[in-house]
Amino acid sequence: MPSITKPLIPLSPLPKNELGLTIRDYEGQMSTLCAGCGHDSVTAAIVHAFWELSTPPHMIAKLSGIGCSSKTPTYFVRGAHGFNSAHGRMVPIATGAIAANRELTYIGISGDGDSLSIGLGHLMHGIRRNVKMVYIIENNGVYGLTKGQMSASADIGSRPKKGTANVLAPIDPVSTALGLGATFIARSFSGDKEQLVPILKAAIAHNGFALIDVISPCVTFNDHEGSTKSYKFMRDHEVKEVETDFVPIRAEIRAKIPADDATEVTMHDGSVVRFRSVPAGYDPHDRMKVEEYIRDRESRGEIVTGLLYVDESAKELHEMNATPTHALAKVAYTALCPGAAELASMQNDFR
Amino acid sequence: MAIDEVLDQRTQVNDFSIKLANVNGTGSASANSLLMQAIFRMGIPVSGKNLFPSNIQGLPTWYEIRVNKSGYTARALDYDLVVAMNSQTYAQDIADVRHGGYVIYDSSWPLDPDLSRDDITFLGIPLAKMCLENFKAPRERILMKNIAYAGAVVALVGIDVDLVADLLAETFARNEALRDSNQRALRLGYDYAVENLTCPLPFYVEPMEANGTSILINGNLAAALGCLYAGATVAGWYPITPATAVMDNFIQLCARYRRETVVSEDPNVPDTTRNNYLIIQAEDEIASIGMVLGAGWSGARAFTSTSGPGISLMNELLGLAYYTEIPAVIIDVQRTGPSTGMPTRTQQADIMMCAYASHGDTKHIVLFPANPYECFEFAVQAFDLAERFQTPVFMLSDLDIGMNDWVVPELHWNDDYVWDRGPVLNDEDLARMSEFFRYNSANDDFVAARTLPGSDEKGAYFIRGSGHDQFGRYTENPPEYQEVVDRLKKKHAASAEQVPAPVIERRDDAAIGVITIGSCDLAVREALDQLADAGLPADFLRVRGFPFVAQVRAFVEEHEHCFVVEQNRDAQLRSLIAIETGVAIEKMYPVLAYGGFPLSAQQVVDSVLAKLEN
Repeated sequence: MPSITKPLIPLSPLPKNELGLTIRDYEGQMSTLCAGCGHDSVTAAIVHAFWELSTPPHMIAKLSGIGCSSKTPTYFVRGAHGFNSAHGRMVPIATGAIAANRELTYIGISGDGDSLSIGLGHLMHGIRRNVKMVYIIENNGVYGLTKGQMSASADIGSRPKKGTANVLAPIDPVSTALGLGATFIARSFSGDKEQLVPILKAAIAHNGFALIDVISPCVTFNDHEGSTKSYKFMRDHEVKEVETDFVPIRAEIRAKIPADDATEVTMHDGSVVRFRSVPAGYDPHDRMKVEEYIRDRESRGEIVTGLLYVDESAKELHEMNATPTHALAKVAYTALCPGAAELASMQNDFR
Repeated sequence: MAIDEVLDQRTQVNDFSIKLANVNGTGSASANSLLMQAIFRMGIPVSGKNLFPSNIQGLPTWYEIRVNKSGYTARALDYDLVVAMNSQTYAQDIADVRHGGYVIYDSSWPLDPDLSRDDITFLGIPLAKMCLENFKAPRERILMKNIAYAGAVVALVGIDVDLVADLLAETFARNEALRDSNQRALRLGYDYAVENLTCPLPFYVEPMEANGTSILINGNLAAALGCLYAGATVAGWYPITPATAVMDNFIQLCARYRRETVVSEDPNVPDTTRNNYLIIQAEDEIASIGMVLGAGWSGARAFTSTSGPGISLMNELLGLAYYTEIPAVIIDVQRTGPSTGMPTRTQQADIMMCAYASHGDTKHIVLFPANPYECFEFAVQAFDLAERFQTPVFMLSDLDIGMNDWVVPELHWNDDYVWDRGPVLNDEDLARMSEFFRYNSANDDFVAARTLPGSDEKGAYFIRGSGHDQFGRYTENPPEYQEVVDRLKKKHAASAEQVPAPVIERRDDAAIGVITIGSCDLAVREALDQLADAGLPADFLRVRGFPFVAQVRAFVEEHEHCFVVEQNRDAQLRSLIAIETGVAIEKMYPVLAYGGFPLSAQQVVDSVLAKLEN
């Protein structure tokens, strides 16, 4: 994809993270997306989240499929290892990479076309295998790169810039993921970095497949009157009742959190997701209640955002397969080959 | 006995073939392979070909055993003995017996007089009746009928009955009830034949020492063993006939050889198991190859096994692997196409598809094993080639190789083997470099060094299936784009000397040359011996790898008549040779067998003679 190298102008003093890196060290190349594209805000939130978590850039693998959203890995963490794959096929490729080397942090960026049409089967099976990765759907209801066709997430009645209103029911990634038994489900809005950054950090800490559906308006093809994925529509219909903080494992930061009766979820690595405010009766561990709540809000024409569901008790892909804690790709050959004597002896059974 | 006098009753020792006609799902396969295994243990060259339907129960299935002291064990078309156990196919099965041959049928019921032939001998054995009297459970009565006819065959062709009893004892070592009923059934059939029929028939076996240290193995198991020994740790796959057993075997082998026990330091916590492998049954073949690419990118040896329909689905990502230069091993156990085709029948019709898989200009490395022995060897080489050339490597087996048991030399392993990971830069290498660029290569083999995810930031790059330049950057600039794809072409060409060399065998005064591939090997060699006996010596070349080395072109050019024997309709190997070597396609005459059954020498001899006579 076309990209422009970003000038590294030192703006001192920039704050440094635990690794001594500034936020600039987590940036990528200049975006070539349209000015005002929601995706660029998501990119900015990703940069922020990784910087705040002090993740070593070279221990990040960033993957994508094809589409506007899938261009964005070029725009963040230039020191990360990147893989821009084929349309809809990012999940299998990420699954193979994770199978081979579980030591990295994996983040996949996809769009509604990539995830909900051509790649829906793969997405579902990625969820089913609970592959440990962050999976972001930059959801704008439209195919941007091919100039404005409606996608599978477009709402009934949603209008493309040209042509007739959509008559097909949308595929909602959040309720689909709930139905499939996903272990981390969030929805956010690209225009709300304050909400998105803690969700991203929690997703990175999650021990399994972390799905984040980010409504990310397409300013060129789907930000007009009649679109349900526009900035205006989102600002009018977003409900942010489920608010969360992410508290990293570091003790000194934990100490600053005032103790109250907020719901806390301890993540696999010891970090904590703290539900700052949730509606009465809402339990982010209870799949049925979450589903009921979302449906109720939906019926009122509202779009619920926040970290909606977490299950930190489920096993992820490697735990299910009892693989070593280090990368399979690093296992020495001597541990893999049974050797000549064994080959000779096993052949006694072939006679 | 008057009829015997007019029949062809020459004595044949260790030279005959048997066709066993059964209904699938009745347990006949184990009885049939028991016979084959017993003959193998008697030291006699033998083959068994399972010709089975794409079905679980109720359709016709055949098993052919060919015994040949000279080692000609390709499929024979003239059957000395037919065991007709399937009334649905009686007419055809009886018609298939050679003049002077024999039929065993179940005489519990009378045989339709219309099926009678006066040039063959019918041997009636009341199998169903015997089993009804001797076994109680309905399922057992059906299963034991198979062992009973096997017992009769043992007596009729002189197989060592004690050896067969030993095999049954080994097979059912852990199940006393089954062991006893199998032994009883064997004796029922054996004793009936000895008491009521003339044993042995004019064709029979005598022990030999021909098998030495050879083994009996199918190609799918051998391929899985190759993957195990090559150090493959990640596999993605989707079930498909006839390739499923590759992964079934790999799973079993990994469970046996790749599991470590991690001793718990806490006496209250039990020890755990650690698996040095991860095999994923994917949602489809697209995902299978995707997983292989992800793992290959990350530095694990990874593979998938599939058949033609799976390769069709994988095409898109195979192009991605080719263009982004990711190692991958794909084992294609070919079956009869196009489309679903005949899933349980063999063919060599994926040659072209694999050589050029995916859209755009693509070319791949393809290996063509002829038997399970080469499946093992080539599987290991496939991983070395994939990593050395950073590209997908196909191994094209087929249903005949993959699913039938073959007598092949013992497999050997050299403990000094070092896996070839190809050029991979580690952090120390990167530290010595001023800058790293993914796709610029100054090597003789046109391979550019890669880094693995997790290596230092300096080695980080962005894999992209979109246009890229030699530095790995996105490009839409014609010369920059061309520079990369031109190098890929040279890289592919450079691999020709590294793929398994063709097997070339020359005969004195040979005027004709015969080129073949894969599982045609034995039938073609037998045909060439027959042609030589008939005064037509021919040179032999078996292609074992693509891209082709210069000898392939030279072989075609140095023969006045060249034949290319292969199992597909469109003469794909012939076309590939013409396209890739530039030799005139008219120089090669196609000999094609593509009905779905393994090739036999007779088909080759007939085609060659027919062409030469014209």
